[in-house]
Amino acid sequence: MSAKQRIFPTPEADPDTEAFWAAAKTGKLMIGSCKSCGEKHYYPRGMCPHCGSSDVSLVQSSGKGQIYSYSVLRRVDPPYAIAYVTLDDGPTMMTNIIEADLDALSIGQKVELKFSPTADEGGAPVPTFKPA
Amino acid sequence: MSINGKAYIAGVYEHPTRKAVDKSLAQLHAESALGALADAGLTKNDVDGYFCAGDAPGLGALSMIDYMGLNLRHIDTTESGGSSYLMHVGHAAEAIALGKCSVALITLAGRPRAEGMATGTAPRNYGNTSPDVAFEFPFGPTVVNMYAMCAMRHMHEYGTTSEQLAWIKVAASHHAQHNERAMLRNVVTVEEVVNSPMISDPLHRLDCCVISDGGGAIIVTSPEIAKSLKRPLVRVLGVGEAPKGQMGGKVDLTYSGARFSGATAFEEAKVKPSDMKYASIYDSFTITVLIQLEDLGFCEKGKGGAFVSDGNLIAGTGKLPFNTDGGGLCNNHPANRGGLTKVVEAVRQLRGEAHPAVQVANCDLALAHGTGGSLGTRHGASTVIMERE
Repeated sequence: MSAKQRIFPTPEADPDTEAFWAAAKTGKLMIGSCKSCGEKHYYPRGMCPHCGSSDVSLVQSSGKGQIYSYSVLRRVDPPYAIAYVTLDDGPTMMTNIIEADLDALSIGQKVELKFSPTADEGGAPVPTFKPA
Repeated sequence: MSINGKAYIAGVYEHPTRKAVDKSLAQLHAESALGALADAGLTKNDVDGYFCAGDAPGLGALSMIDYMGLNLRHIDTTESGGSSYLMHVGHAAEAIALGKCSVALITLAGRPRAEGMATGTAPRNYGNTSPDVAFEFPFGPTVVNMYAMCAMRHMHEYGTTSEQLAWIKVAASHHAQHNERAMLRNVVTVEEVVNSPMISDPLHRLDCCVISDGGGAIIVTSPEIAKSLKRPLVRVLGVGEAPKGQMGGKVDLTYSGARFSGATAFEEAKVKPSDMKYASIYDSFTITVLIQLEDLGFCEKGKGGAFVSDGNLIAGTGKLPFNTDGGGLCNNHPANRGGLTKVVEAVRQLRGEAHPAVQVANCDLALAHGTGGSLGTRHGASTVIMERE
């Protein structure tokens, strides 16, 4: 394992996603929810990608899920594990697995939300996951 | 309405350079265009339709049109990464069928090596107005780790192995040994592939394509013009295109848009996968080939590992000779976009102009398929089926 710390780029909010990143700053992971068809979606956006309704809102995720797929990129310093995590609430999201033995990850492994700070002071943290 | 038989591929060209420090991007596009026109026996003043994608310098097609001094009545700048040029063949056939143009020029060029681009392992940011960027870029999605996640999931669901994936590189290397311009000409073994350094689990260095400068061009014409030229007649039988993405969080990395673009193309061509004598399959990584072969219907979903094993993709011994120029895995991946060269090698095969050591006997039906963007996030798939008359 490298001693180097991975520094996450700060995400840039836009009018579509300001509320998501504001919630992230308070430690809450929000997902998109459609009032018209009832389906959840990720990433959150101004229209439901399932039914097309613009009657969408943010709801808080439990932050629990399991690894759908992952890969450890070895040729960079430090190596890191990118993953898709399927939330217990439904949608699958791109993330990183942190605070884990990178050689012991597996598909189906249970993980839980832990936000990671980002490069810029005052910037929103990003939703990462650690083994549950 | 159908484009079946309404357009012909009259000229193709693969730029010979693999590292172009001494040439500009516009120059590479123009040299590729001139190469394909010469191959067809046409001149730039015959061109009345021009097609290019995001690799072209300047605003859309306008700078290259001005650079080359083209007089046009049809322009198409469909951008779908490496699959753009297969879509362009389809769109050119459509435009020709409707009488919107009669000689369509498609160009591609790029110089990622000359520019020192970290193609595979550096995250790419398509701009902060891209709605997905804030939700993905911080996590370091790269070309290689995105395809690696597809491979990881495919292995999990279907038991696909690294050794099976390695067979794809082995087959490509068997072909590349005969191509004097190929970047990797050594024949490799399954053991050498799986013992090459791990880049992003489970993809090894030899599961990845080469990084090269270069370019290429294609000329698509009306039947009347094609028949007036001195080249073998390669007819476009069917085309298909389809996007696939994350589906709002219903992510499924085990299949690609080829499932849809292939079905559309086969239906229009009125042929089936088992009729194909040769296939050019986009090969950014070994896993790319495996997933697309399944989705195109060459084998059942999940059985790709068995299908590609034991040399089944090697010309002369296998049932489905693929990428006989060595493909992106060994020969050339100009501009990090391998779609155009897929059409070029398929046309060589149909004309009987492939290297004799890899030329498929009586090659009268061939398929070219491309993926652009990323199988791990969102991509465009495009399939072209061609017949030698």
